[in-house]
This record gives sequence, C-alpha cells and structure tokens, in this order.
Amino acid sequence: MRKFEHLISTVIPLDIENIDTDQIIPARFLKATSREGFGKNLFCDWRYDSNGQPKTDFALNKPEYKNARILVAGKNFGCGSSREHAAWALQDYGFDVVISSFFADIFKSNALNNGLLPVQVSEEFLKHIFEENRKNSDLELEIDLVNGTVKVLSTLKQEAFHINAYKKTCLINGYDDIDFILGNKSLIESYEAEQAIKVDKIVADNKGVFPEDSRTNNR
Amino acid sequence: MGKTLVEKIWDAHLVKRSEGFPDILYIDTHLIHEVTTPQAFDGLRRRGLPVFRPEQTVATADHNVPTLNQHLPIREELSRLQVDTLTRNCNEFGIELYGLGHPNQGIVHVIGPELGITLPGKTIVCGDSHTSTHGAFGCIAFGIGTSEVEQVLATQCVLQQSPKTMKIEVNGQLAQGVSAKDLILYIISKLSAAGGTGFFIEYAGSAIRSLSMEGRMTVCNMSIEMGARGGLIAPDTTTFNYIEGREFAPKGENWQQSIKYWQTLYSDEDAQFDSVITFDAADIGPMITYGTNPGMGMAINETIPTTYSQPSTEQLSYQKALTYMGLEDGTAMVGKEIDYVFIGSCTNSRIEDLREVAEFVKGRRKADNVTVWIVPGSKHVEQQAIAEGLDKVFEQAGFQLREPGCSACLGMNEDKIPAGKYCVSTSNRNFEGRQGQNARTLLVSPLTAAAAAITGKITDIRELLQVGS
Ligand code: SF4
Repeated sequence: MRKFEHLISTVIPLDIENIDTDQIIPARFLKATSREGFGKNLFCDWRYDSNGQPKTDFALNKPEYKNARILVAGKNFGCGSSREHAAWALQDYGFDVVISSFFADIFKSNALNNGLLPVQVSEEFLKHIFEENRKNSDLELEIDLVNGTVKVLSTLKQEAFHINAYKKTCLINGYDDIDFILGNKSLIESYEAEQAIKVDKIVADNKGVFPEDSRTNNR
Repeated sequence: MGKTLVEKIWDAHLVKRSEGFPDILYIDTHLIHEVTTPQAFDGLRRRGLPVFRPEQTVATADHNVPTLNQHLPIREELSRLQVDTLTRNCNEFGIELYGLGHPNQGIVHVIGPELGITLPGKTIVCGDSHTSTHGAFGCIAFGIGTSEVEQVLATQCVLQQSPKTMKIEVNGQLAQGVSAKDLILYIISKLSAAGGTGFFIEYAGSAIRSLSMEGRMTVCNMSIEMGARGGLIAPDTTTFNYIEGREFAPKGENWQQSIKYWQTLYSDEDAQFDSVITFDAADIGPMITYGTNPGMGMAINETIPTTYSQPSTEQLSYQKALTYMGLEDGTAMVGKEIDYVFIGSCTNSRIEDLREVAEFVKGRRKADNVTVWIVPGSKHVEQQAIAEGLDKVFEQAGFQLREPGCSACLGMNEDKIPAGKYCVSTSNRNFEGRQGQNARTLLVSPLTAAAAAITGKITDIRELLQVGS
C-alpha cells in the first residue's frame, strides 16, 4: 500500500453533494480485472461530452487545476456502490487526498485501504476552502497526517481531522490489514474450534423469552 | 444492561478486540461475484496465500451477464473475460461457483436466501453494497470493498469498527397498494441518503413483523441507500418457515438446535440503541423518486418539493438533480409519460414480486409507448415463474421475461436505458447514469411499476386497484 504522511498541493473543487460512486466511476468501466487505468474514466460522464470531448467547464478539465492532488467535494462523498474502483480511479488520476464534510462508510474504508486519505472537515471549513478557491484557483492546502491537521495556506486557517489511530499507523508506514489479521491467525483458528461450544453456551445462558412467544401470533 | 441484536451477533463473532484497533470479526459466509473479486484473487497470488476457508465462500456471476441467450458464449469481450476470470479463480482456489447455466445461478443477494445459505445469527459479507439484504434473516450482513474481499479470502475475517445501532420502528398496517418497497422509500425520504451512515439499523414494529420474508429483504436491501452499514430484522416464525427445507438449511437434529439458537436472537428489552426513530405505517402511500439519489422520494400523488424549500447549501445540488431528471419543482408526477419499465434487481426480483405483478397485469396489456423488461433474480425464480405460468401472463401483457442477472439495475451488460428516457424501475438506485448514460430512473414498487407499464404513465396504483375491485 502507498505511504502517506504530508502533502502541500492545490485543490480541485467539486461543490456538489452526494457524489456517488457511480459518478466517480460509472459501472460500464468496471469490467477491468486489474487495479490500474481507471483514472482516465474518473467522473467520465461529467468530464466528457457525448462525443468524448472534455467539457471545458468541468473542474478536472480546467488547465489551472492540472497538478492538483487534493479533491474537495460536498457532503456525503462516495455514497452508493461499494466499488473500490472509485478509490482506485481517484488515485490513478493523481489524487492523494479527498476532503469533504462527510464520507460514506464503505468509500472511506476503501480509500484508507489504498492509501488515499479521506479528510473529514466541518461544513464551515469546507465552505471556507470553496470560497478561497473561488477567489484564487492557486489556493494551496497543507495536509499533515502525523498531526492530523489541514491548513489553508493563504489564510492560515486550520482544522484538526480525525483518523482512526490504527489506520493512521497503516497509512504512515504503508502497512495493510491482511498483515495485521494474519498476525492473529492462531486466534482465528481457536475461535473456529470453540464456535459450537460458544453457541451452546449462548443458548444455555439465554434468560429472556423469545419475543414471539410473548406476542400474539395472529398477524 | 441488555444487548441489541447487532451486539449479540457481533460479540459472538469477535476474534479479537483490543484498545486502539478495529475489531477482528469472523465471517461465516463470504459471497463473491465477478466484478469486485479479480483484483482480490490477484492480491492472494501476489502474497502466495490460499483461500483460508474456501468452503465458506460461494460465487455467482450476476453483475455483468447478459439476460438473453445465456446458453451462448457472452458476446461482449470484456464481460466475458471478467466472467471467465471468476471461473478460473474459483477453480484454482477451490470455491463453489454458480455460474451461467448452473441451476443455482442468480443475483448474489437473491440466491443466498433462496438456497438457505443466508441464516439467522450469521455474519455475511460480499463485495457489494446491497449485502444488507441478508439482514432480513436476523444476521449481520454488509458490503465490503475489494481490499476487504482479499482480507476475507485470506483470513475469513474482516477488520471493522464496532457498530453504532439504530432502531427504526414502523407500527400499524400498510394500506392496500402499499408495499415493503414503499415503506423503505418512505423511510429513506425522511432520513435522507446519508441519514443512516455509520449505523446498523434494526427494523422493528408491527408493520415490519407482518411483512413476508421477501418484503423484509426489500427493506433491508435499501438500508445502504441511507448510508447505513447494514439493516436487519429479528428472526421469527416467518423467518424459520421460509428457511425450512431449503437446499443448504440445517436439517433434522441440526434444525432443532439451530432454532434454539435463533430464538436467542432479538434485542433485549433494556438494550440501548444509539438512535431510535418511529414511523406510522398509515402515513405511507405508494412512493416514487424524482431526483438522483434515493432520498429524493415522495408519495406518488404529491408534487415535487420546491428548490427554495431546501436548505440553502443544498439548493444547487437539488436543482442540478432536477435538471438531470428533466423535471420541474412544484409539479405533479402522476400522468407523466414514461418509456421503460424495469422489474428486477436484488430489491424486487423474487418470486413474490413477479407473482404480484402478474396478478395485476393478468388480462391487461402494456401501453404502446413502453418497453417492459422483467428480469428474475435467479434461475430458480425464473423456473418457478414458468412453472406457475407467469411467463404466459407476461407474454400476453407484452412484457419480456428475460434471464437472471443484475441487468438494467446498473446497466453493466447490454441492458441499458437510452439517454433522456424515463425508466420506472423496481431497483434501488436512481443515480445519474446508473441505468445507462443520461438515463432517468424513477424508483417505485413492483405494483406501481406494473401500473405504469399498463397506462404508459406514472400512475397512482390505488386508482387502478379501485377500478379493478
Ligand atoms: S441487482 Fe443491482 S444492486 Fe443488486 S447486486 Fe446487482 S447491481 Fe447491485
């Protein structure tokens, strides 16, 4: 997995809420069997017209945003499908960080599992970024994962963001979850061996009454 | 203090909990399909790892398969390659595959329950967000990404933060013409597309209890459309009756033992939920969505909410959605002409859905301006529909009964809705482009879809039911 610690970069603003993973990468591009190459179809239906020509008014196509490695988007980013291809596409395009005021759960874990950093900020701070970016498209942000802060360099306004401590260690060191779980393999095996006994114990210990037995059954 | 159902099942599957780390959660059943797994199998190969518990893994081909001429090789090259890759991976790693042509093939969330693989108290994951469907049986079921698929293949475990719990109680009785689909679309419209994020939702209350298993699956299926990690319903006699006798269900003494365990699966009376919300079934009418996320829904006889009634920060996105849909705020939906009707997807493609549609359309014929596709959820559903003569009813109505798969739910195969066309759909997502580039999706119940097919317009089913009776 890619390592991440610190980044200073310009941003690409997408001031839209509820951006779902079908927009990030439409289903028709999910036929590939490798992780690479999804970047060219990132936001495909917003990015290109029906003749496949880039739409000049879409942020990703604006020359001033060419080198940005931070995507800033409206709340509930990444909702919908569990496709990890969304995280792969964002990364393949060149993003290292996505900032939003709210992320969908599965997207967030997919991103973290690939070293793409989801930075959740307050509505206010998000608005501040959008506003400052409107004034100045060269606006730079500094992301410091070690200290968990995001800073707007022109205004020096900064906010702390939260990342689960374990996930943070993984990102900084480039570890992944499989190494961690496999380190506990003997626990998994003993869990399996004891499962049946455990279930018997649950049945024996159950003091309550199965609710249906206390409900009238005529529905 | 008592435990919620989610906590009971979660705790029974904990392999390790340690301060500062996510839980290591044991997974009983891993369902896989062709789209979200190739990269996971490659990962295993790169690490030189086997599949840890292949016998707890079940595969099917569904997302990408054609729904016509399934006996022929898949024409579209990339789709064929993906399905072939799944076959190769299953062979290499020793996993049972219900591929095209197999009698058990179908949409992953339809076949799990119908084969008796989905059981109360289990933990079930799949690289698909609608895995929440299985929660209808009183199990913890949630969608995962491909890296997590690789985790589960390698370890039969997944790393997860322990869940927050929400209870949604719906009491009372649903009115005639109002179904489980309307119930869940109603809840989502009240809670919004993000309202359940981070939660496992337990559905309870008399309206939920009186739903069939099919209806319960429809409800749990769409939990993810509120952002929830999963949805579930405590098992009861309805659940046990549905499971009994199915291919992989426990039999004989095992069955008796299982029932004893399953009867411990309920939220204790003094259990604490992080959030509790209550609805009255009497407030729910037939629903329809008008926007580009499932939270943008309303009772079918209402008018589309105005832009200025939305929070100011959301007005831009709201307007963008209506523009995409070609709809105007403040206007009525009923009477609007439509082009396609899609009855299918893991939300509404089970035999009960097909029966309900058939009963309504019997002796009627579709409007000329509408193309109607019925895509059964599985080979078993298809076979049963034929055995019951539903195929004849559909044929006479001008509906096309196709072969099982995800089909126009996500438009990954050739079943796409053309740009600009309106599709009244029993699926679960109305995102931009979901059913085809620039296609416009209106989410409804199977009955409302059937009504639209007959009239060619968005129709309040209650009017037709009155005429009929
Ligand atoms: S039917 Fe639709 S929602 Fe269900 S699994 Fe297939 S693509 Fe996903």
